[in-house]
Amino acid sequence: MSQSVLLVKPEHPWKLTPKDLITDLLGALFTVVATLAIVGFSPLKGKLGFALTLIFMSIITATAVSWIKKDRKAAVNSSTTVLVYIAASFVIIALASVLYEIIRLGASQLSPGAMFTQDMSQTASESELTEGGLIHAVIGTAYIVTFATVLSTPIGILTALYIVEVKGRFAGLVRFFVQAMSGVPSIVAGLFIFAVWMVQLGNAYSAIAGAFALTVLMIPTVARTSEEVLKLIPSDLREAGLALGATQWRTVAMVVIPAAKSGLITAVILGIARVVGETAPLLLTIGGADAINLNPTQGNMSAFPYYVWKNLLIGSENAISRAWQGVFVLMVIVFIFFALARYFGAAKGSRRK
Amino acid sequence: MTTTLPQAKSAPIPRVITTQPRFTDKVFRGVVTSGGLFSLALLGLIGFFLVYNGFEAIRAAGLGFITGFDWVDAIPEDGQPAAYGVGAMLYGTIVTGILAMIMGVPIAVGTALFLSYYAPQWLKKPMVVVVDVMAAIPSIVYGLWGYFVLMPHAEYWAKLIHKYFGFIPFFDMPAPVFTRSPFIAGLVLAIMITPIVTAVAREVFAQTPLERIQAAYALGATKWSMIKAVVIPYGRGGVIGGAMLGLGRALGETVAVYTVLNLVYDIRIEVLLSAGGSVASMIVNKFGEADRVELQALMAAGFVLFLVTLAVNFLANAIINKTARE
Repeated sequence: MSQSVLLVKPEHPWKLTPKDLITDLLGALFTVVATLAIVGFSPLKGKLGFALTLIFMSIITATAVSWIKKDRKAAVNSSTTVLVYIAASFVIIALASVLYEIIRLGASQLSPGAMFTQDMSQTASESELTEGGLIHAVIGTAYIVTFATVLSTPIGILTALYIVEVKGRFAGLVRFFVQAMSGVPSIVAGLFIFAVWMVQLGNAYSAIAGAFALTVLMIPTVARTSEEVLKLIPSDLREAGLALGATQWRTVAMVVIPAAKSGLITAVILGIARVVGETAPLLLTIGGADAINLNPTQGNMSAFPYYVWKNLLIGSENAISRAWQGVFVLMVIVFIFFALARYFGAAKGSRRK
Repeated sequence: MTTTLPQAKSAPIPRVITTQPRFTDKVFRGVVTSGGLFSLALLGLIGFFLVYNGFEAIRAAGLGFITGFDWVDAIPEDGQPAAYGVGAMLYGTIVTGILAMIMGVPIAVGTALFLSYYAPQWLKKPMVVVVDVMAAIPSIVYGLWGYFVLMPHAEYWAKLIHKYFGFIPFFDMPAPVFTRSPFIAGLVLAIMITPIVTAVAREVFAQTPLERIQAAYALGATKWSMIKAVVIPYGRGGVIGGAMLGLGRALGETVAVYTVLNLVYDIRIEVLLSAGGSVASMIVNKFGEADRVELQALMAAGFVLFLVTLAVNFLANAIINKTARE
């Protein structure tokens, strides 16, 4: 006796049918053709005309196709989908343009021989790019960022520990103020250090003053990222430490901080990436220089952002090229720190959400 | 038979059971607390020292420091007194900030929606990196790019806007100079605030309860109906807070605005005209050759900027924290 077996063929109702696919393709084709036709036969000209018409036509086509196939709700859904995609593509276009121009205008004119061996003390900004370089800016930025990191790392991490581990009376207040502090304009940080370090204490421009200004900007970044990282450490670990009879100090030092290590490193690197390109506070604190200055506590100092700024203001053709060179090298440094932060952040799962 | 247990010379002393922290803990807590309170004090110190140094200027000008439009040094030969007022610059700062929000926030919210609900899986990670990279680019780079790359395009866009919408007072042009206008500064700022607004909006959208989203889909909602009925009502507060955080950044931006904005000490409503204001840029602009009195006025201007951005940030964070808790 044979039994008939009923095999249910699995269906995928959410998958595009060939008919849907053809409609979509035809719609896209129509959009492009119509755009080209409109731009070709109307006074609309240029890239902007093309872009605007393309946006307009794709919304119209998507809406019309959905309306014909289904109903008004589907049409609204289609048009908003197109709008969301357009918003995202704007972001990609903007970033692509910035990066492309940095490479086009910055990398194409590099003169590595002079750039990393000479300063600008013997060279005018207008002279050939094969002369003069930015070694003084490299040294200045290295000093300033190193000192800022040394100062802000302990304060930032202690602040995070205060909020997460000690949970003192002012924890909520500190958290709220640190949050607000990350929005303090960088120029205000520069003015603050100028007011205290120069006006009140009577010091002159120096790398250390610039480092103080960057410290003010770096503390909130380090503190907030460290706080997020420390919160991700399971409290089981802390309780285990305390249950073994460890003091809170031993628990934090031997259990919590090692567990959060890669995250804390990420926090510091993110802080560095945030301040390495800061310009405004340095304009008020380091004084600027064209020659190498090896003394971080005395004398005017240069830095990458300052070098770019100065050449931008001079404005002659070669000076502008120097500014783009500076921007290119600055971006390479920023990207190295950015990649490092992602590398350490991805390691060991102590990653921000 | 009795066995004698070996007697200890002295009874073991039981550990004192106490809730008092040990000495090391006291030190630890002291150090950590002082670190935390230093961060708290820093904000107060910033405000205090700016006021302390700028007090003379504020006292001399009184309320006129906020409402005055002029920023002129004293010329003793002509007997002209100094007049320092940040009114025009403050107005310009707010105008460029609002323009940046008008152009940047829709893009940022669209991008956040894209990342949360529209992007195909393979595109999600690269897109997050794109937004993060955008946030990592220093402001001077945006300034250079804005001046040399964006401005020629933006000038053309501004001319078109003026040609077709010139009847609206905002887009009127008393003189045909379209470069370095509040419109262009707003464009650059819009790009600069997009990452932070996107990040906050995405974080808020991620907290939308999944069961409500699924309920909406189960009732037959399209993606947009679901977003309109579930995501937007749930995340509205957070998005507003994120937008205000972006506004705070835009108000305090210095270098990028300086390169793409022409500072004019006047209040104008025409946003396409090459005349705008920015407190932060003015501070950099005037700092170089400022004498003692003008320096005090600049400190006071910095204090005004500090207060405005702090107020915006406090409000933004309060809104975001409140939304996150609910």
